[in-house]
Amino acid sequence: MTALAALIRRDIRIALRIGGGALIGVLFFLTVVVLMPFAVGPDLALLTRLGPAILWLGALLASLLTLDRLFTADHEDGSLDLIVMSRTPLELACAAKALAHWLAAGLPLVIATPVLGLLLNLDATATGAVALTLLAGTPALTFIGMIGAALAVTMSRGGLLLAVLVLPLSIPVLIFGVAASQAAIVGPLPFGAPFSILCALSLVSFVIGPFAAATSLRNGLD
Amino acid sequence: MQLAPRLFGHDVRCVRGGREVFAGLAFEAVAGEALAVTGHNGAGKTSLLRLIAGLLLPAGGTIAIEGSEAELTVPEQAHYLGHRDALKPALSVRENLAFWADFLGGGTTRPIPDCLAAVGIAHAIDLPAGYLSAGQRRRLSLARLLAVPRLLWLLDEPTAALDVAGQAMFAGLMREHLAGGGLIVAATHGPLGIDTRELRIGA
Repeated sequence: MTALAALIRRDIRIALRIGGGALIGVLFFLTVVVLMPFAVGPDLALLTRLGPAILWLGALLASLLTLDRLFTADHEDGSLDLIVMSRTPLELACAAKALAHWLAAGLPLVIATPVLGLLLNLDATATGAVALTLLAGTPALTFIGMIGAALAVTMSRGGLLLAVLVLPLSIPVLIFGVAASQAAIVGPLPFGAPFSILCALSLVSFVIGPFAAATSLRNGLD
Repeated sequence: MQLAPRLFGHDVRCVRGGREVFAGLAFEAVAGEALAVTGHNGAGKTSLLRLIAGLLLPAGGTIAIEGSEAELTVPEQAHYLGHRDALKPALSVRENLAFWADFLGGGTTRPIPDCLAAVGIAHAIDLPAGYLSAGQRRRLSLARLLAVPRLLWLLDEPTAALDVAGQAMFAGLMREHLAGGGLIVAATHGPLGIDTRELRIGA
């Protein structure tokens, strides 16, 4: 446990220091959502209808933007070799790295959502619903994205490949995240059904993500 | 009776990118012995270290340690000191070393300031690692070997970037490790400053 706690602490610390890049995702999220009302025009009803979709798209792209550094930084400076060799199972180390990444880069997106909801004419209930779906859904984006990050680790400029690999797998998360938010805002479907599926997707990704990433790292090192 | 730990490789074959680097390689080192791996550039010195470290898969043959804690694999009993330092420039010297001590060691560690003093960079303890010179970075990597006790040290050009005093200091650390029943496998071009058994790869 000490080892995993140390890994999580280190990754969060690096992400929050200058040049760590934790804030890049939030700034990107902010930019996308702030620009949207200017592009769509001052139609408040339309903005409300599009709001959850815009927030979810922004969060999805923002989490993709920072994911490619998840293993690359450790690979470049040789830390990944030592992590692979250590007595901590690689699957757990991967899970710890993904958790640290989500805490530093995913959680700020959820926290920023209520502020950004104001710009999209969403009321308190609607913003709360979107924030809740993001809270349940962004961990899935991180843990699924980790598989792509592990596959692309040995390639320089693997970021684009990462997006191509990960986006198709993220589509179910996007669909059910937006569906749950819409259900909470306009109905007529109940909120519970799509939200349960979203939670299930997250839980599945917690199990599959670390194993797939660890396998890919073990075979990809050279 | 407990035998002294012995590292051995038998008929090891290494293939990189479809090309055979070496084949039929046999080596052996018992506790307290250092193995100096020599050979021309591209002979496969680093590849051999990475094979022992479990970071490459051998195309054939076996590498094992016998007579030590049986439930651990070879990589789990080894320290690997490669060309890359495994240091984070944004973290301080203390944070870098404390992380590796916690991550690799799980409790059986020497105090951080002691380790840094032993490699001669105690004065830089709160400096971000990004400000260190190449030699100081190497010294900080060496401190990792002291912070967490491991049976086998795998060293790839360990004295690169070290000044003369640094090389003497490191030779002393290696002698201590060997005297404590440790094993060293080092890829090197120059003399290490300790008694070694030579393993020559390539023609």
